[in-house]
Amino acid sequence: MKAYLNRRYHFSASHRLNSEAYDAAKNRVVFGKCNNPHGHGHNYTVQVTFSGQVDPATGMVCNLADLDAFAQTNLLARFDHTNLNTLDIFANRVSTTENLTTEIYRVFQSFPAAHLERVHIEETSNNSFDYAGAAPPTPGTI
Amino acid sequence: MIFLTRKAEFSSAHYYWNDAWSPEQNQRVFGKCANRNGHGHNYTLEVTVAGEIDPVSGFVVDLKELKDILEREVVSVYDHRHLNLEVPEFKTAIPTTENIAIAIWQRLHNKIPNAKLHRVRVYEMPDLFADYYGEL
Repeated sequence: MKAYLNRRYHFSASHRLNSEAYDAAKNRVVFGKCNNPHGHGHNYTVQVTFSGQVDPATGMVCNLADLDAFAQTNLLARFDHTNLNTLDIFANRVSTTENLTTEIYRVFQSFPAAHLERVHIEETSNNSFDYAGAAPPTPGTI
Repeated sequence: MIFLTRKAEFSSAHYYWNDAWSPEQNQRVFGKCANRNGHGHNYTLEVTVAGEIDPVSGFVVDLKELKDILEREVVSVYDHRHLNLEVPEFKTAIPTTENIAIAIWQRLHNKIPNAKLHRVRVYEMPDLFADYYGEL
């Protein structure tokens, strides 16, 4: 039987929204307080959803310890307590949570033990972002 | 079509163990969850049903009735129980969050009048939860 496993991870990072395509005045207008030259930060929550057949031997879609180890190496060690703007991925991209969500989706796509359905990121308790890949999400999963 | 979700909570003990495996393999795969003395969680259940609004009552389902069904079919069986030792479906299936979601689906399927069971979501903890939509 096909089930969906959801796991939430937490990290804290700083960033500044600023586009090379705009001059300083336009950046201030477009990004407002998020354009503060000194940056600001968030406690991000990343929620990943994986699907797969429940293995009768384990009762699991995938082994949670394996997923947590993957997240520790590929998510938390990379993003936690960093300035997102200093990371390679944001060298030529604005460090919005939209861009962060598609990057983290790309990261978790390489977890081998289950199928990634969706990445949901909460930047604050009022702002959240979802990405389910280029194809429309599986009906009923959102 | 309107989707309506009702929550319920239960607190249960469990452990993860596959009788076909050696103790060493159980320990390696399940880690601290394999402790045979068990451990426990406060589970949160979210049951989502889908249906049309009754023009007379304005309801998809009567929430009181849905609450009573969840209490009778799930909470009274699982709450303050050891899932492995006291709940029939976990004599054979390991009581993982995935299998608990599937078992609750099977307990509720066709028991909710005037609405279709859409999703069973079981939180083992706020950061770990499983969904089942009745898919094979």
